[in-house]
Amino acid sequence: MPIDLDFSRSYFELFGLPESYLVDTAVMADRYRSMQAALHPDRFASGSEQERRLSVQGASWVNEAYETLKDPLRRARYLLQLKGVDFDADKDTASDPEFLMQQIELREQLEQIDSESDPLSALDRVSADIRGWNNELRNQFEAAYNQNELDTARQIALKMQFFNRLFDELRRKEEQLEETLM
Amino acid sequence: MALLQISEPGMSTKPHEHRLAAGIDLGTTNSLVATVRSGTPSTLEDAEGRYLLPSVVRYLSSGEAIVGYTARQAASEDPYNTIASIKRLMGRGREDVKPLAGRMPYHFVDEDTTVPRIHTAAGDFTAMQVSADILKILKQRAEDSLGGDLTGVVITVPAYFDDAQRQATKDAATLAGLNVFRLLNEPTAAAVAYGLDKGAKGIIAVYDLGGGTFDISILRLNKGVFEVLSTGGDSALGGDDFDHALAEWMIQQLGITDTSDPRLMRRILNAAHEGKLALTDTMETQVSVELSDGESRVLSISRDQMNELIEPLINKTVMACRRALRDADVAAEDVLDVVMVGGSTRVPRVRERMSEFFGRPALVDIDPDQVVAIGAAIQADILAGNKPDEEMLLLDVIPLSLGIETMGGLTEKIIPRNTTIPVARAQEFTTFKDGQTAMSIHVVQGEREVVDECRSLARFALRDIPPMVAGAARIRVTFQVDADGLLNVEAREETSGVSAKVEVKPSYGLTDSEIEHMLRDSMAHARDDMQARALREQQVEADRVIEAINAALQADGEELLSEDEFARIESARDTLIERRNGGEIEPIKAAIKAVEVASEEYVARRMNKSVQSMMAGHKVEEFE
Repeated sequence: MPIDLDFSRSYFELFGLPESYLVDTAVMADRYRSMQAALHPDRFASGSEQERRLSVQGASWVNEAYETLKDPLRRARYLLQLKGVDFDADKDTASDPEFLMQQIELREQLEQIDSESDPLSALDRVSADIRGWNNELRNQFEAAYNQNELDTARQIALKMQFFNRLFDELRRKEEQLEETLM
Repeated sequence: MALLQISEPGMSTKPHEHRLAAGIDLGTTNSLVATVRSGTPSTLEDAEGRYLLPSVVRYLSSGEAIVGYTARQAASEDPYNTIASIKRLMGRGREDVKPLAGRMPYHFVDEDTTVPRIHTAAGDFTAMQVSADILKILKQRAEDSLGGDLTGVVITVPAYFDDAQRQATKDAATLAGLNVFRLLNEPTAAAVAYGLDKGAKGIIAVYDLGGGTFDISILRLNKGVFEVLSTGGDSALGGDDFDHALAEWMIQQLGITDTSDPRLMRRILNAAHEGKLALTDTMETQVSVELSDGESRVLSISRDQMNELIEPLINKTVMACRRALRDADVAAEDVLDVVMVGGSTRVPRVRERMSEFFGRPALVDIDPDQVVAIGAAIQADILAGNKPDEEMLLLDVIPLSLGIETMGGLTEKIIPRNTTIPVARAQEFTTFKDGQTAMSIHVVQGEREVVDECRSLARFALRDIPPMVAGAARIRVTFQVDADGLLNVEAREETSGVSAKVEVKPSYGLTDSEIEHMLRDSMAHARDDMQARALREQQVEADRVIEAINAALQADGEELLSEDEFARIESARDTLIERRNGGEIEPIKAAIKAVEVASEEYVARRMNKSVQSMMAGHKVEEFE
């Protein structure tokens, strides 16, 4: 009998899902809720010390698994990690010169956004562009991963990482703008 | 449907025994206690039939603490010894208090502790102790009206509370002699109060504007699961600020230039408060203030005038709503219901602005003062084990990012805000000097990149790291946030397997030994009582363990255990039964521990079985 709280199992095994980039998010969400319904510390509020400890560990693990598989970038990195592909987001950089040029341009655009006549809608445009490119990268990643072209997949994941950081910056900018506009 | 029958959390309770539990809303301005009786939640009243307990404590020179209405009435005549809005100081450091000190008339003790103490006629008190005095009254009220000891309580906190503030709340409860099942976010509690009544399904926004705190939470309700998608708000914004805005306007209108008399300031503030309340039902009202020279002055205030004064404050809340929606990745029009919580949502302009923003009328069916306590009572009833078939599950998120200080005074986020809790994240560190055996880690909470702009939570000293060459040690530090949003840290050197000792020095909290000291002080007078009580508590605990293990063994002991294992657990249980009837605390404790050790593996198997049944139940459902 497989033990569900065996922390050595992969997140895909935990959710009973095939190890692939495409995941059925609705099924995953349902199973997530079922597992939390059984494991969450609230179920053991008047339980013993060890039940509570085990439940915190188990629920944390399920949460971590869910957050990893739910997020397109984290899911990509996790798949690569399962294949033994090293992925150090801090040290590795994308090496595609065209892509890097695009990144620099986008950053410049973002910096100059304050001087736009309507900075918020300019932000919305950039944001929509990033979403589009990100979707494209996800498709590329899936294709490369399915072909077992892991190095290509890794390069794509690194690009996704770039966009994610850019997106974080964009949101910070948006918050700043909102504060000055209020 | 097999799903639900097996979802019972294992060996916790005997089915028919009803355990006394209560929900407590420990508010900035008022506190409440509620409980579920015969399936109906309601707030509990004092002898005069009032369900609100003003969160005001007056300390007398006799050492006595007066809590509630009487204390509040004394606020203007005895401002230095009458502590109000103490919630604002919970988990706060001396530096945080400085900007508030101008608004609070109290004398803060000038001593070298990180936790500020207020000097009163009865001694110097921390915010935690003052809160404990409020909680004691609520505990007494609940036990008097329920006719027995409480097994546990759910205490609500603003969703925006950081680790230090949550910890301070939990410590206050410990000091008041309460067993805390769970700290619950106030907006989640409000959604519970509404959700169960209406069986809502969809996105819910909870707008909670209390006396001293503002929270906005975006929740998703689905099949009994309340999932917090995002939270935001301001821990220093509330109806008190409306009063202050109005009071400042009054000071101008009255031409007062000397604002140094705390009694006068208190009278003006009280008048402003009365004016605000009156303007809920009328368009114009008169307030009267007695000035320093004893002369009374009457001022006329219109609702429009007040609306203008409070507009900037309401704008702040609207901005937080936008942000919370964005964090949740939902649009305002996706929101199915807007729940209004907190007395300040009675202000007509607040309701107008929210209905405008979300494009639908806000829900006000349940009294906005009681709704949080009622939700907490419902949750407490479930956590006490009184509703084994209850499907409801609350999945909360961490409200503020947890990070550590890195080089150059910058923060590195370990757990980003709005991550579902409980959660554990590990981070690896290494030494940078040969033979280094200690290392210091500074944990902060907040969204800013600069450490100084975040809240310092604790400094951890890792000691006993085995000496190695620089960079060779691999120290894995695990940050575990529990379901209450409280942080625990563990550290381990991976190459040698040695656990590094973690010494926690909370930046703004009290250490465990300080709390223990306070506990002892507060109970010094009643030592004998305490002994008897402690024994009774151990016996109750023993009974609970015995019942639980019996129920479990009967349910699936033969299925999950070998004969040997079964016998070992039974023997540990029998020892416990024997010692339970002896009059000594320690042997009972040891026997409980022994049962836990003997059944450790069994508990894990049961939990696995339960998870698997849930998953299996699902698959069946999907095929249908």
